[in-house]
Amino acid sequence: MNTSDLRLEIDRLIAASDPAGAARSLAELWLNDHSASTASFTCSRYEQLRPRLNLLLCRLAILRSFTVEPMVPLLRGAAFSAGIDLTVRLSEFNAHAQEILEPASSLYGFAPDVVILAVQTRDIAPDLWRDFAALSAEQIRSAIDRVTEEFRDWVSAFRRHSQAHLIIHNLEQPTFASRGIFDSQIEENQAFAIRQINEGLRTAGSEQIGVYILDYDALVARCGRAQWHDERKWLMVRLPIAAHNLNHVVNEWLRFLHPLTGKVAKAVVVDLDNTLWGGVIGEDGIAGIQLSSEHPGAAYQELQRALLDLHHRGILLAICSKNNADDAMEALQKHPGMLLKPKHFAAMRINWGDKSQNLREIAAELNIDIDSLAFVDDNPIERQQIRTQVPEVFVIELPNDAMEFARAIRKCPRFERLSLSTEDQRRSEYYQKQRERGRLEETVSSREDFYRSLQQEVEIAPLDKSTLPRIAQLTNKTNQFNLTTRRYTEQQISELASSPDWNCFSLRLRDRFGDNGLVGVAITRKREKTCEVDTLLMSCRVIGRTVETAFLSFLAEHARKQGAQQLQGWFLPTKKNAPARDFYSSHGFQVLEQNGHGTLWGLNLERSQVACPEWIRLHIVNGDKG
Amino acid sequence: MSSPLFETVRGIAADILGVRRNQITPQSSSENIETWDSVHHLNLILAFEQEFGLQLEPEEIDQMNNVERIIRILEQKLNHHG
Repeated sequence: MNTSDLRLEIDRLIAASDPAGAARSLAELWLNDHSASTASFTCSRYEQLRPRLNLLLCRLAILRSFTVEPMVPLLRGAAFSAGIDLTVRLSEFNAHAQEILEPASSLYGFAPDVVILAVQTRDIAPDLWRDFAALSAEQIRSAIDRVTEEFRDWVSAFRRHSQAHLIIHNLEQPTFASRGIFDSQIEENQAFAIRQINEGLRTAGSEQIGVYILDYDALVARCGRAQWHDERKWLMVRLPIAAHNLNHVVNEWLRFLHPLTGKVAKAVVVDLDNTLWGGVIGEDGIAGIQLSSEHPGAAYQELQRALLDLHHRGILLAICSKNNADDAMEALQKHPGMLLKPKHFAAMRINWGDKSQNLREIAAELNIDIDSLAFVDDNPIERQQIRTQVPEVFVIELPNDAMEFARAIRKCPRFERLSLSTEDQRRSEYYQKQRERGRLEETVSSREDFYRSLQQEVEIAPLDKSTLPRIAQLTNKTNQFNLTTRRYTEQQISELASSPDWNCFSLRLRDRFGDNGLVGVAITRKREKTCEVDTLLMSCRVIGRTVETAFLSFLAEHARKQGAQQLQGWFLPTKKNAPARDFYSSHGFQVLEQNGHGTLWGLNLERSQVACPEWIRLHIVNGDKG
Repeated sequence: MSSPLFETVRGIAADILGVRRNQITPQSSSENIETWDSVHHLNLILAFEQEFGLQLEPEEIDQMNNVERIIRILEQKLNHHG
């Protein structure tokens, strides 16, 4: 369908009260055309649809020293198409310092979830940008210190006044150095001065939780510094960026907004023929397919390298291919050009069946939601079929030219991560062990024998700085065994845990197959004689192994030691947390209260207890609060 | 007026200004279309630059506050570009 027909179709679907259909067509329109006019059209139609769609809400404040207004519809249009409903507030020009430093500013009044600080070198370091050639070494150093200190003050003031995520643009290099090529011959040159500030900014950011650096200089360089600016519009309307680059800035913002809102892919499912290698294995044979460091096989190796990078980021890889399994497996195992080996894939469906059914099976096997899958296939017909049959799956629009495949993967915002825990990096190893556990389960005769044979050891520890990122990550992405589904930022958890009434615990699990990593989180709050479970969750990898009972037995014991007579907790049902529904009732809790949101369960600690399963060895690590 | 250029301009202007396509006529201007304020004017200019792959001069941008002049200026620019 061409874009004008699509537009008519969208308005027809809106009029026919089919919001889901309209949203699908809007996403298709955006895929075909990222222009400013399509963005405005997309925003206006989503404005009508938003009450009827289940969109993720996010409040974004942009503090800026230049005009960003034309980027807002582009950003909102792209975000809407990805299921994110952005409310955007812009600061006045160059008001960022006051807005950040003043606790009662309208910035904080807006209660943002995410704040972008978009400043540029020429505004906050005009001397280094414009007058560099006239500066003495001493003046240069004092300018570096001044700007670095300013950034540091802003970051720490922001952290005192807000729990929002903060994204800061770093400083770009000028297109031409003030001293020309001579600049590169001397020690403290212009490029060095700006790099120094950027390094200081990075350090200041890393000292705080939830502060991230957007490498604006790298963005400008990637898109072409000489073509980046539009000096006429800078002078006329304070817009320094040329029209054709506005979408590049927007895409860079989206690379942050996706991981910050949790709209990410956890697994990427790839096709084989003409995707992982050139040619068709069933026809060309192992000697005939294209895959090497030379043209034309290099393009496919580059794609494999990009996928391998995702694997190291903790994103699972899976295969969905129409092929004879034996032919394909032989290539995967034996082709010398393969960078990806069978061990890198957490699931495989190599058969002649329907791909949408295979994708559903892969999601079930990996125990992740279908909307956490991304799909990579060179065949536009397969892609279109997945878009219509399983619209929850994120389908990557691969370009026709294989040389562009790797880039399409690398620039995709859904694969971005803002922190990388040990668990992320070892994720596919965990899944491999999971398959071994599955095989063990098939060989033992009873559930209890299976639990015993696992030799599980549980370690429960209070929150500390090293576990904080993983704990926050789990509160944000765990959907199934999650009793209250309360989402917390690192900053919020660290504040909670610093109050004497609150406790936050993490749970690690080891078994005969190895370390499962940090897989459980509990947050409790003591009020007089009652201890309330605010949050209790377990990673889906370890559900159904009685580890949750061990966790609850610890929480009951801990509450008793704190002097509580009652342990209580809400179960708040969601579309996804059915696996946790019977948790409290099956451990002897009684209903205390019920309302439209959920059920409050309680256990009298003086009369009842929760026993730790005999097949689990429990280690308690004592922290400051005991 | 119903040249292909006019139809393109009309579509872009309707989207950016948030009005129906048939509300955009050669006589439409920042005087008679309520949403045509300075922010939308800039968005409009950038949309044309994006669409036609050209860069407009400050004087041209100032003059392009009605559809007739937009068409005239774009025609000139596009012909110059060959």
